[in-house]
Amino acid sequence: MSAVAVEGVWKFYGDFPALRDIHLEAAAGSCLALIGRNGAGKTTLLRTIAGFSRPMRGKIRILGNEPRDLEARRRLGFIGHGISVYDELSAMENLTLYARLYGLREPRKSAMTWLERTGLDRVRDGLVREFSRGMRQRLAVARAFLHDPQVLLLDEPFTALDDRAIALLQDLLRDALRAGKTVVMSTHQLREALDLATHVALLVRGKIGFLGERTAEMLEDPGFVYARYGEA
Amino acid sequence: MEFLRQVLVVAHKDVRAELRTKEAVNASFAFALVVLLLFSFAFDPESETMKEMAGGLLWIVYAFAGALVLNRSFARELPNDCLDGLVAAPTPGAALFLGKALANYALVLAVELISLPVFGIFYSMNLMPFLPQLLLVIALGAWALTVIGTMFSALTVNIRLREVMLPMMTYPILAPALMGAMRLTATLVQGGGLGGDMATWLKLLIAFDAVYTVAALALVDFVLVG
Amino acid sequence: MRDKAVYVLGIIAAALLVNDMLHIIGLPDEKMQGAVFKIIFFHVPVAFTALTACGVSMIASALFLITRNFLFDALAVAVTEVGLAFLAANLVTGSIWGRETWGIWWTWDARLTSALICWVLYASYLMLRKSIEEPTQRAIFAAVFSIFCFIDVPIVIFSIKWWRTQHPQPVFWAGGSFPADWAPYFWFNVLAMMLLGAAMTLVRLRDEESQRELESLRRMANAY
Repeated sequence: MSAVAVEGVWKFYGDFPALRDIHLEAAAGSCLALIGRNGAGKTTLLRTIAGFSRPMRGKIRILGNEPRDLEARRRLGFIGHGISVYDELSAMENLTLYARLYGLREPRKSAMTWLERTGLDRVRDGLVREFSRGMRQRLAVARAFLHDPQVLLLDEPFTALDDRAIALLQDLLRDALRAGKTVVMSTHQLREALDLATHVALLVRGKIGFLGERTAEMLEDPGFVYARYGEA
Repeated sequence: MEFLRQVLVVAHKDVRAELRTKEAVNASFAFALVVLLLFSFAFDPESETMKEMAGGLLWIVYAFAGALVLNRSFARELPNDCLDGLVAAPTPGAALFLGKALANYALVLAVELISLPVFGIFYSMNLMPFLPQLLLVIALGAWALTVIGTMFSALTVNIRLREVMLPMMTYPILAPALMGAMRLTATLVQGGGLGGDMATWLKLLIAFDAVYTVAALALVDFVLVG
Repeated sequence: MRDKAVYVLGIIAAALLVNDMLHIIGLPDEKMQGAVFKIIFFHVPVAFTALTACGVSMIASALFLITRNFLFDALAVAVTEVGLAFLAANLVTGSIWGRETWGIWWTWDARLTSALICWVLYASYLMLRKSIEEPTQRAIFAAVFSIFCFIDVPIVIFSIKWWRTQHPQPVFWAGGSFPADWAPYFWFNVLAMMLLGAAMTLVRLRDEESQRELESLRRMANAY
């Protein structure tokens, strides 16, 4: 069974098809990089897989469950464009909040563990509002990994990060992949993403233009897939 | 059990975040004060007819001030895309809604209870003889305001002119509940009880609360997830 | 095909209406109220039509939420707009009758008040639609709101009746009696108004669908 399966998914904005007949699979331990131009449907696809909106047609399975199924939610980690933590709460409060929502047995302990792993334990009681940008991003990473998700969905994870956060996230993702977890990420940062990716999918106007393993030539020339399968 | 626990987690989060800044509660209470002040020019506060109007006045203050709290409810989730975090969590939409509604209820009730003695003093009304009944009416009316306001706060969170649209949608729907609460309050102020005709209004208020709580819980998933 | 059906429907409605109007003009004036009483032939049928429109809007909204077929969304907005127009006609004719009979344009009578609240409710439905850009979100949010509105209609009607019965009020039907042999004209007018409403809804429906198509084409043109 593949960890993420997308079968014939269509998504419309009104009559406008934002996603057309998407078929995708990602096996456990694989990392799929979604690439494509702005407006090609990367974010829409990722948000639909994550269960933020329902596909008009087609099926999505996360570890065999519907994305809105609570079991799927429990095993899914998502990082979107925003950091999804509250400015008025402290780092600790934010993480314990999510730990409680995910029903973790020891919310404070899990929160503390992740504050340490992201190097935020020193400022655990500081309000997020007072954090620097890099710290906020690391907290967002901690929030997404807190409940030990089996499947990670990341929307442009490297775009807003500083060097330290990029290194942190790459390490965490490598560990996760080694532990047999699945990563699907959309990205413009081809170098950082292709480094991790085992597979690549190119979206062109809401359709899959290319789907396959990441090859050595892609690493040498990150623009390769675009040049070969994309539109001029 | 799990459902209830999550409701409380969400409610606790909202109340805590609000109390840290007190933005909405302060604005709401200040607004209530200003409206109470302005009403003293609209009517003669000393006159006997004031007792007939008291119910209406109090609930108009509550409805306007409450909207300021409710407006913030889902707007609070906008910065940093916090709503994504909540929707991604294994929390049913209904639990999320109920949690936010409970937090709003606590905040709305707090503002209402603080402005109540101010109202009594400004318009020289002794509220003590019928305080328990009045509190019952306030509890029921505030829930009507909260359940509608929370739902519509979710509906309007992403749109232009949010601050205008929320009251535009909320007050007409609330009309029956507000009428009931006003009539009941006016009767209490004039020394009446909650029996007879008033029992019908009480039932209407309870039915309104129940019907819209059920409707909101049933439909909120469409609003949050589409 | 659908265009022709709309025209036929519209023509039938118009013919019925004109025919009925000629008959109504021929009827003698009512004993107490005089000619203005005849406004009831329009006032009440438009109210029936408006109420029907609310119901259809609710059903279309629910069907949209279940099927996600945008035809139902278009139907919901079309029928709500037409219903609002009919409700406005109801309010205006009521107001004219009130001016003639009571000497005032407006009174907070139970029926007037509940009609006005319903009008404002559904007007805010249209405002809500206008302020949401994304078509799917607009359709979903509007559908949810429409269902909330429809639940409110009976509560509003009941509560206002209850509110007003405790106040002295001019009794609506006092001095008016409706002769039995006038009834057929009344029911013909109900039928005519319903058909007219249906024809208008169909026209508006087509308009709404073209609008949506246009929106999608624009999005397509600007997307890449």
